[in-house]
Amino acid sequence: MTLFLFAMGVIVLGGLSALIAGRSARRASLLGAGGAVTGCALALGPALRALLGGPLERLDAPWSMPGGSFSVALDPVSGLFLVPTLFLSALAAVYGTGYLKPFGATRALGEAWFCFDLLVVSMALVMVARNGVLFLVAWEVMALASFFLVTFDRKTASVRDAGWTYLIATHLGTAFLLAMFVLLGGATGSLEFDGFGTVAGTAPGLIGPLFLLAVIGFGTKAGFIPLHVWLPEAHPAAPSHVSAVMSGVMIKTGIYGLVRFLIVLGPPPVWWGWLLIGIGVTSGVLGVLLALAQHDLKRLLAYHSVENIGIITLGLGLGTLGVATGMPALAVLGFGGGLLHVVNHALFKGLLFLGAGAVLHGAGTGEIDHLGGLQRRMPWTGTCFLVGAAAISGLPPLNGFVSEFLIYLGAFLGVIAAAGTVGILVSGLVTIGALALIGGLAAACFTKAFGIVFLGEPRSHHAADAHEAGASMRWPMAILAAGCAVVGLFPAPALRALAPALRLVTRQPETAVAGALADAATPLWMITAVATVFLAAVLLLAAVRRKCLAGRPVEETVTWDCGYARPTARMQYTASSYAQPLTELFRLVLRTRVRLVAPTGLFPSRAMLVTETPDVFREAVFRPAFVGIRRALDRLRILQHGRIQLYVLYVVLTLVALMVWTLR
Amino acid sequence: MSHLAWTMMMMAVPLATGLLLAPLLLTVINRVKAFFSGRWGQPLLQPYLDLWKLLGKGATYSRTTTWIFRAGPIVGLAATLAVLAMMPLGGVPAPVRFRGDLLLFANLLGLIRFITVVAALDTGSSFEGMGASREVLFSALAEPALLVGLAAVALETRSISLSDMVASVTAERWLTQGPALGLVVVALGLVLVTENARIPVDDPTTHLELTMIHEVMVLDHGGPDLAFILYGAALKLWALGALLVGMAVPVRTGNPLLDLGAFLAGMLILAVVIGVVESSMARLRLLRIPKLLVGATALAVLAVVLVLR
Repeated sequence: MTLFLFAMGVIVLGGLSALIAGRSARRASLLGAGGAVTGCALALGPALRALLGGPLERLDAPWSMPGGSFSVALDPVSGLFLVPTLFLSALAAVYGTGYLKPFGATRALGEAWFCFDLLVVSMALVMVARNGVLFLVAWEVMALASFFLVTFDRKTASVRDAGWTYLIATHLGTAFLLAMFVLLGGATGSLEFDGFGTVAGTAPGLIGPLFLLAVIGFGTKAGFIPLHVWLPEAHPAAPSHVSAVMSGVMIKTGIYGLVRFLIVLGPPPVWWGWLLIGIGVTSGVLGVLLALAQHDLKRLLAYHSVENIGIITLGLGLGTLGVATGMPALAVLGFGGGLLHVVNHALFKGLLFLGAGAVLHGAGTGEIDHLGGLQRRMPWTGTCFLVGAAAISGLPPLNGFVSEFLIYLGAFLGVIAAAGTVGILVSGLVTIGALALIGGLAAACFTKAFGIVFLGEPRSHHAADAHEAGASMRWPMAILAAGCAVVGLFPAPALRALAPALRLVTRQPETAVAGALADAATPLWMITAVATVFLAAVLLLAAVRRKCLAGRPVEETVTWDCGYARPTARMQYTASSYAQPLTELFRLVLRTRVRLVAPTGLFPSRAMLVTETPDVFREAVFRPAFVGIRRALDRLRILQHGRIQLYVLYVVLTLVALMVWTLR
Repeated sequence: MSHLAWTMMMMAVPLATGLLLAPLLLTVINRVKAFFSGRWGQPLLQPYLDLWKLLGKGATYSRTTTWIFRAGPIVGLAATLAVLAMMPLGGVPAPVRFRGDLLLFANLLGLIRFITVVAALDTGSSFEGMGASREVLFSALAEPALLVGLAAVALETRSISLSDMVASVTAERWLTQGPALGLVVVALGLVLVTENARIPVDDPTTHLELTMIHEVMVLDHGGPDLAFILYGAALKLWALGALLVGMAVPVRTGNPLLDLGAFLAGMLILAVVIGVVESSMARLRLLRIPKLLVGATALAVLAVVLVLR
């Protein structure tokens, strides 16, 4: 624990010194990133030890805050979320030094690095805090640090808008958490997490509402539909290494909170599982559908985070169902798949956002329809992005497949074992159908994202003049891509590492968890075997092809366009045309707006087609609601004159009133 | 014969049968279609000769393409081989089988599709983009049908390995659960025509690029690359056909030779049926196909309900 807290101190120190050195962009980057990398590397040791089931480390120190205490602990669940957080944050910091370099010429970077380091520390603190007040303080610092990072480019109006949306959404979520902690504290008489367990005994009627508050509060951070509206705004607006951290790990603090409170609140009733599965299915399917309709690369990736949070929640839901109905295998596979997907998503989504950042950096635009042909100009970025795209589509032999495999396996087991209980059967079937649909649509979306951006011919001068990213940006991507492959090729050890965390979450005796894990290990090793054979076959076939082509003519020419001799880049299929059949099929949900200026006359001169898919929940739910709130609050305008004297009067009046009230 | 040698042979036979006989399915389909249009059709070994000819040719690549275009056929064929290794031939179990192999099977099909689509987009041709766009739409809709259909069989047979599931579909089971199994077979049949680009979803012999789906995605490939793609397509037809025939022909005598014979007869009938369908109907309009595939999923769900009954 000491080492861990020392590491956190190093990161804070790095951030502070970057802030002080802010005038020199180079020095700020060096100090800020250096602090983050050193601190994360130091903290990774204790986190790994905690994940693998080392002795529980904890520290309790008094704190002057009412109800607060500085209680922190490193248990396997904390370790499970900390490891990807520290790993990805360190890589993102290295990447950030390269990514922020062009901005350094015109502005000071100290503040950005300070906020980044603060974000890393606050995320880590959220994952180890064991006191309600400390947790909320860390949660709030995390929200504010990321808010300032999201509005890094604050001269742009859309970025400011995104920042406000984020700030409001995150605080609404925190309000629900605050209510949850107040209720828990009231019922148990303490704000220590360890004391919360008694709530089941003292106030059993409160458990249900508490769980709902947790789902809403943490779900806002995680991005459950329809609480996700801030996510597709904020993630694209932030600098790309921050987007990677936010999407890869920060939204997982929501999942962490949910898992922590599943542990704290006691044995779950069955309906929690159903609720989580329902949330998982909606977020998963709608997330990927909304992603399909996007034209901006980072926005598309942000919607995929919603989809992957859905997959994770599906796993958690199945696991909860397994716990509630006393099926250890289902519990272990559901939670195992969901929690492994937390790690996997950090790897591939971090990779994809860093790749998108390299595209922004190299080509100057993230508009998919303006790109194309980047694989030739940015081969490193392109290849890494391809690995990430295949991984997120759940394709073997990469890591995305493994966690989805475990969830699928749990669902199939549930279907088979639960012939009598319709609830589990329906849950299993819905999970299978939803995962299949999500997988197919994700593949559609990522063939689009990769194919249109990196393949074909450049669609604009942005793409034609693109350049490859520097070494500090390439290596983090390559390491993440390698991580995707390693977990995909060796899933059995990866799942085994989760065993201590799974014991905590599933509330099963050690033997039951070990048995279920051993059952799951056989198919996972078979996946390794098939993947090895597959890779060997690839090498063999490559050799056959080389032998066939040796000594034979191999020419290069233009793409065959059915006899048309002068194809141009503008004739290529675009992202919009690629996704059109799908968006048309799901138009009821997507409500894509189409503006068409059709060509007219014998010699048409001008034609235009603009499609745009705004977030249906933002448009149909939140915008009207907030407009209504604003209209209601407009009445209060009579208090607001813009005269300082009057405002001082309000303050004095309030103070007097308070004084009278206390002296009464 | 020693026990080990016997085991080795049992493992090698299903794989070797598929590898050797898969292209023959194409001949059978071609002959049936020729019969319906009053022609003789191609010689029995024509697909093999075609592959041999292509392997001996050079290649021409578009200047737009990258290594991905060249890797596409290799990865696709390698993934098809892995699929084949997990596919039982009726009562004869597959060399590779484990709990949940059906999920690896389904996702390897996804990998084949992914790499084909990406290689097609690598050419920058709008025709290939169009084909790719349709392919991903139809396969995304076919995936739930495949997995829910398999879930129905898993529920009925209480197993989640393809070899066990297919082996458990016996004649007695057809007698008790006939309607459910029938619905699954229809759903899997629709998945088969979608995955293999057959009528009524796609027409493999069309000559108009605008109307193609799968064929248009491989327009730019030639030489050994095209040989890999064509062989891979034949193997994929074999693999999905094997799954369908395994469900539909419940001959489980316990004698490997008899079982294999019945299975091969089933494959022959399947090829004839595909030929008859392709001779007697036109492909559907593209806008209708999603309805067909959603219908397939609905049939699979109905099968689950019938199993529970």
